[in-house]
Amino acid sequence: MVGIDWFLGLSAIMFTIGIIGVLIRRNAIVIFMCVELMLNAVNLSLVSFASHHGNIDGQVLVFFALAVAAAEAVVGLAIIIAIFRNNLTVDVGKINLLRW
Amino acid sequence: MIVYFFIMLAVLAIGSALAMVINKNVVNSALFLVLNMVSLAGIFLILNAQFLAVIQILVYAGAIMVLFLFVIMLLNVEDEEKLFDKFRVKYLLTFLLAMVVMGQIFYSLAGVTDMLPQISGQMATIGTVEAVGDVLYTDYLLPFEMTAVLLTAAVVGALMIAQHKIKRTDEI
Repeated sequence: MVGIDWFLGLSAIMFTIGIIGVLIRRNAIVIFMCVELMLNAVNLSLVSFASHHGNIDGQVLVFFALAVAAAEAVVGLAIIIAIFRNNLTVDVGKINLLRW
Repeated sequence: MIVYFFIMLAVLAIGSALAMVINKNVVNSALFLVLNMVSLAGIFLILNAQFLAVIQILVYAGAIMVLFLFVIMLLNVEDEEKLFDKFRVKYLLTFLLAMVVMGQIFYSLAGVTDMLPQISGQMATIGTVEAVGDVLYTDYLLPFEMTAVLLTAAVVGALMIAQHKIKRTDEI
């Protein structure tokens, strides 16, 4: 039986990799995928807590998080398409509409 | 036995996540993210969350990542050729910040995990479709219906944003 510490440690490592990806990548789609990775890491910690407590509520919360992630992916990709149509790039270093 | 499965899946998840961040090609990054999600579904199976493992593969690896790949191939984005070709201060700062965040998470976890009650072991069938659906359609009925409203709003909003004709800024 694997202890809960290992699952939470794996979740923390995946979350950190997601942070690194968000900070060093310049492609907006890859940044978005790293955000999805961070969401997945938090889902893993929720499921491990739910399994450890023998309670189903955490898994229901992960279900709702999945639904919200799906909606977020749809809207975010639509925004990326709109930005690409406007600027012909998805490089966040070259998109300077809201920069001073 | 389960320990070996966990180690295999954890190494696969971490390795595919790192490969996703490091890879220059966007399509390869997306495919590594699919691999990461499949290994995470295996970890959900270890944690007795069978329903969520199936949903993870169906929704994340199936639907969301196919949408990502559609957008990547629709936009035809070029590779980032300047990634990691020379050392930059930004990467060092990123690494330091990430280590600070990870240390913070581990510190808070180390204080909590000792105090958790030990009740696991007897719930072999906790995450089945029956158990999740039983709670989902009784206690969480209102949030479930709100999820339907949220998804409808997301579809309508995405159509509005993606269809709208915006003038190019260089033509003004």
